[in-house]
Amino acid sequence: MSEPVARIEGVGLSFGKVRALADITLDLPAGCMVGLIGPDGVGKSTLLSLVAGARAVQAGRIRVLGGDIADTAHREAVQPRIAYMPQGLGRNLYQTLSVRENVDFFGRLFGQDAEERARRIASLLAGTGLAPFADRPAQKLSGGMKQKLGLCCALIHDPDLLILDEPTTGVDPLSRRRFWELIEAIRAGRPGMSVIVSTAYMEEAARFDWLAAMDGGRVLATGAPADLLERTGARDLDAAFVALLPAERRQGYGQPRFPPRTTVDGEAPAIEAEGLTMRFGDFTAVDRVSFRIRRGEIFGFLGSNGCGKTTTMKMLTGLLPATEGTARLFGREVDPHDMEVRRRVGYMSQAFSLYTELTVRQNLELHARLFRLPRERIGPRVREMVERFDLAEVVDALPDALALGIRQRLSLAVALIHAPDVLILDEPTSGVDPVARASFWRILGELSRQDGVTIFVSTHFMNEAELCDRISLMYAGRVLVSDTPAAIVAGKGSATLEEAFVACLEEAIGEEGGGGGPAPVAEAGLAVPRKRRFDPRRMFAYSFRETLELRRDPIRATLAMVGSLILMFVIGYGINMDVENLTFAVLDRDDTTLSRDYVLDIAGSRYFDEAPPLVDHADIDARMRAGEISLAIEIPPGFARDLDRGAPVEIGAWIDGAMPARAETVRGYVQGMHADWLGRKAREAHGAAATAGSFELVVRYRYNPSVESLVAMVPAVIPMLLLMIPAMLTVLSIVREKELGSIINFYVTPVTRLEFLLGKQLPYAVLALVNFLMLTGFAVFVFRVPMTGSFAALALAALLYAFVATGMGLVISAFMRSQTAAIFATALITLIPAVQFSGLIDPVSSLEGVGAAIGRVFPATYFVTIARGTFSKGLGIPDLAASYLPLVLAIPVLVALGTAFLRKQAR
Amino acid sequence: MRVANVLDLGVKELRGLARDPAMMILILYAFTFSVYAQSRSMPETLNRAAIAIVDEDQSTLSTRITTAFYPPYFVPPVLIDQYEMDARMDAGLDTFALDIPPGFERDLVAGRVPELQLNIDATRVSQAFTGGGYVQSIVTSEVAEYVEGSRAVAELPVELALRARFNPALDQGWFGAVTDVITSVTMLSIILTGAALIREREHGTIEHLLVMPVTPAEIMLSKVWSMALVVWLATAFSLLVVVRLWLGVPLAGSLALFLVAAALQLFATTCMGIFLATVAGSMPQFGLLLMLTLMPLQMLSGASTPRESMPEAIRTIMLAAPDTHFVILAQAVLFRGAGLAVVWPQLLALAVIGAACFAFALARFRRFLQ
Repeated sequence: MSEPVARIEGVGLSFGKVRALADITLDLPAGCMVGLIGPDGVGKSTLLSLVAGARAVQAGRIRVLGGDIADTAHREAVQPRIAYMPQGLGRNLYQTLSVRENVDFFGRLFGQDAEERARRIASLLAGTGLAPFADRPAQKLSGGMKQKLGLCCALIHDPDLLILDEPTTGVDPLSRRRFWELIEAIRAGRPGMSVIVSTAYMEEAARFDWLAAMDGGRVLATGAPADLLERTGARDLDAAFVALLPAERRQGYGQPRFPPRTTVDGEAPAIEAEGLTMRFGDFTAVDRVSFRIRRGEIFGFLGSNGCGKTTTMKMLTGLLPATEGTARLFGREVDPHDMEVRRRVGYMSQAFSLYTELTVRQNLELHARLFRLPRERIGPRVREMVERFDLAEVVDALPDALALGIRQRLSLAVALIHAPDVLILDEPTSGVDPVARASFWRILGELSRQDGVTIFVSTHFMNEAELCDRISLMYAGRVLVSDTPAAIVAGKGSATLEEAFVACLEEAIGEEGGGGGPAPVAEAGLAVPRKRRFDPRRMFAYSFRETLELRRDPIRATLAMVGSLILMFVIGYGINMDVENLTFAVLDRDDTTLSRDYVLDIAGSRYFDEAPPLVDHADIDARMRAGEISLAIEIPPGFARDLDRGAPVEIGAWIDGAMPARAETVRGYVQGMHADWLGRKAREAHGAAATAGSFELVVRYRYNPSVESLVAMVPAVIPMLLLMIPAMLTVLSIVREKELGSIINFYVTPVTRLEFLLGKQLPYAVLALVNFLMLTGFAVFVFRVPMTGSFAALALAALLYAFVATGMGLVISAFMRSQTAAIFATALITLIPAVQFSGLIDPVSSLEGVGAAIGRVFPATYFVTIARGTFSKGLGIPDLAASYLPLVLAIPVLVALGTAFLRKQAR
Repeated sequence: MRVANVLDLGVKELRGLARDPAMMILILYAFTFSVYAQSRSMPETLNRAAIAIVDEDQSTLSTRITTAFYPPYFVPPVLIDQYEMDARMDAGLDTFALDIPPGFERDLVAGRVPELQLNIDATRVSQAFTGGGYVQSIVTSEVAEYVEGSRAVAELPVELALRARFNPALDQGWFGAVTDVITSVTMLSIILTGAALIREREHGTIEHLLVMPVTPAEIMLSKVWSMALVVWLATAFSLLVVVRLWLGVPLAGSLALFLVAAALQLFATTCMGIFLATVAGSMPQFGLLLMLTLMPLQMLSGASTPRESMPEAIRTIMLAAPDTHFVILAQAVLFRGAGLAVVWPQLLALAVIGAACFAFALARFRRFLQ
């Protein structure tokens, strides 16, 4: 045998405390179909991501295509020869992009030119039958089509090693079969290509060349499927896999067998659907579905993801009102407001909807209460369920800490807590290992046969479908066939249920040409991997895609364009230092010409509005308490007489101190007016003699003669907004990929870190510039803030600043994993320094300590200086040269930091 | 509607919150340290203002004036030449530039009323106004001391006795502490309820609830009461322990009245949280919407700057926001000691807005569930 395509030696991997892989040593043979088999969570995906180079090796050594995958140089060299399709249908695809745009993006990542991409895309789409759907967004594709699209994206660069992680999970039997036919055809065209696949479907694995069975992070056995069957003496691979498990894990396995139903046919059906139809816009999700399910029957539903199974179930439970047709439970039409019907139904959704913040017991108790079990029955019923579903050991644990199989049992227990007559189960067993699945179905059998519970269940597994009393096959919203499994097999004259279904599907979709066309033929010799340090094409691949996505996401696009305008408006008026229109009232106990003259000075100023006069001290108290007046002036009796005599007089002024900043300003105004009044009176009384020793302070308010807040604030707010929103969008664009999983494309393709970051940065920098123009226009034309200096100077600074702001986003993104955290962190990191330390309110020169240090480093400081200089001070580029330098320097520093902190592999 | 369901589901929300350390820390931080920090860090109106002096007089008096500017109000003045002045102000180095003309001392003594020129960078509004006043009074007192006794005529003997009611020392910290409590009430109640709803949807448990015998109104009310209760208790704690005991701010009015208003306010804001969560599809979108909602609420409610100085249109629009009324009420009750007789219109407004928010959010929530 030739050298293995991958040689795994002593590889172990842990996620925190969880051991995902335990010391695995394995040689995967080259040039054939290699399968990793086992249920969810046994380490298959982890192992594949290590082989693909998407995840960093923690312990041990992995040699792929003749070199150590942990070695960066080797990884870079072989990445163009590896294709990796991660788990989860379409997880590495971009949902808002069309089929063609998706494949095109991958072509760009591998540095192909437009002509080459067009040729390859045409051949791939034709070969997979996707050509008619080239302009459909990925999110609107059926499961089978998504999977084919994923394959196209993986094959765009003619890989030597194709790694497929559970490619067929959630896909209907026909699409699955077609998929494997496609892979066969591709392999025929490229005989040297190695394929490594993981799968939970043992039926599929039987067709592979070589298998490795895994459980609990270990390899149980390896060899050709026939070898494994022979070694275990089992009838099929499911049984063989169970036989390979350690003895204690095997307990309770055995294909369940149900006794025939005992209830009499002919009584009223438990569930009845007539012409049930659901349309979302112009898309028909469920198309005239009708069936009747008798009491105590197990009724199965089979079909790919997105074929309408879940929607049908939701209509039956009243979650979704049907567009047309009726659904009846126990002869009563389903009415979302009818609480009585709900109490007779138990529902278990795909996601095992449990409250992860409540313990097992609390989950059971809460549901018991909500279903209005009598208080004294709750305790015994919870105990009963705990016993029946074998949950005693975990009763105080949180659901997240439990194995998938146990969570599934708990979910069923929760759905059954109120002893419903009908149980609706939406794919209850996906991802669960064969032993747990078998015991789950045994419970379903008991419920149906002993308790007479009607069960409506959807599944992907054929051996489960065989257990149902009757089964329906759904495709594209329609029921293709509905009968007992035996009758369906007999009707199609096929050997197995799966073949019967495939036959049904072929009839139904023959006209769509599903598999169609010739298999894409590899273009031998053309795939010369380009080795370039920096490839603008790869960089623009990200820019281009980001732009497309932004255009198709209304909330983000709105925030980008309108958000900053809203905020500018708010801040422009919100941070307002002008204090005007203050109400004041006078308690004039003198009431002479002189006292009225004093009051007139205040009343005549633009800051104060006079309110009706005050009566007494109690009145001052009451009106100030009610917030009616901000200032009260009391002029004592005999004010004019005493003043005339030269006797000391005291005028009282009370200020509402509830808002200290406003009170300070009021105090300043009153003091100023008082001094003015005194000066005037002195001159009137004594003439020039009063002027010895006096001077005049001429105040010139420069740049903003009327001292308006708007003129002062608006130019300084632009830097703040231009920092926060572009930075946040940049951070989100990267963290979003981490959260949704499409970051994997960055990990496994030849894109370099710099290309990735610059590609992400570019569209948002452009967006920031557009934003800048909008904000400036708004400032000049709406807020009427005059632009006295050079617009070119401001625009140049904005150009630099756009890259600084997005660059800060790049650095922040390296440390964030969830989008929510990213939003709050970015807001904190950008907003607080921009508001507090960059001269928006208090000048940087008046800051102290840490604040002053931050202010001097923070780029917004310099843009604030430039913005104020160009808006208010009539300056141009030469006057502000010193403020440009820090901005110019910041760009390479930020990009370098972002590149240094970004990882090219998952950890 | 069954009260028992509302209670049971609410208890579930509380248990969920108790298991979310990040949220608990956020609540604790917002109502204790943040309030403390906000209160202590409120700057004096004038702090370390940058001033430059062009001393063309070079006399005893001009030197006296120069040395009269010192921290904390001003940084020690920079002595510059006249030609430097414009460039320095353009570059934003100085906020104030005082020009003492040649012969200032001589003219002053001779009674020729010389002119001092003070240039103020008015793009720095926060310092421009108050700083001008300070410069004026500092120069005046220096000049007065210098010429003492040489005056021919005494000043008019009119004193202005200025007293600030409710906060005699005009301590910014009092105001800052209460403002921060108010901001936290709005922010946390919206975040907590909105996040609780979105979390349920992302985990798929909301669908599950719907197949059970509970109504949308029950689901919504359970989140409203539980999250409002948490924030309400935190508010009471923050006012009593942090603001009153730790920071020593004397709270004038009836705390009970304030807490009744806080409950009404929370009813309105938790409903807003539900509403926002139904508009946003996911947690990130919720976060973005949150910013666009919280900032206007906070900045235009009158909590940070006086409502009087906003344009009429904005004042009218903001009357629809619960925060505006809550802020008016909080300032009246907590600082001025106002009673029910004064603040009943605000209570009424809060109740009406709360009811409207509830009705609106419920309608939206029902549609969201389908």
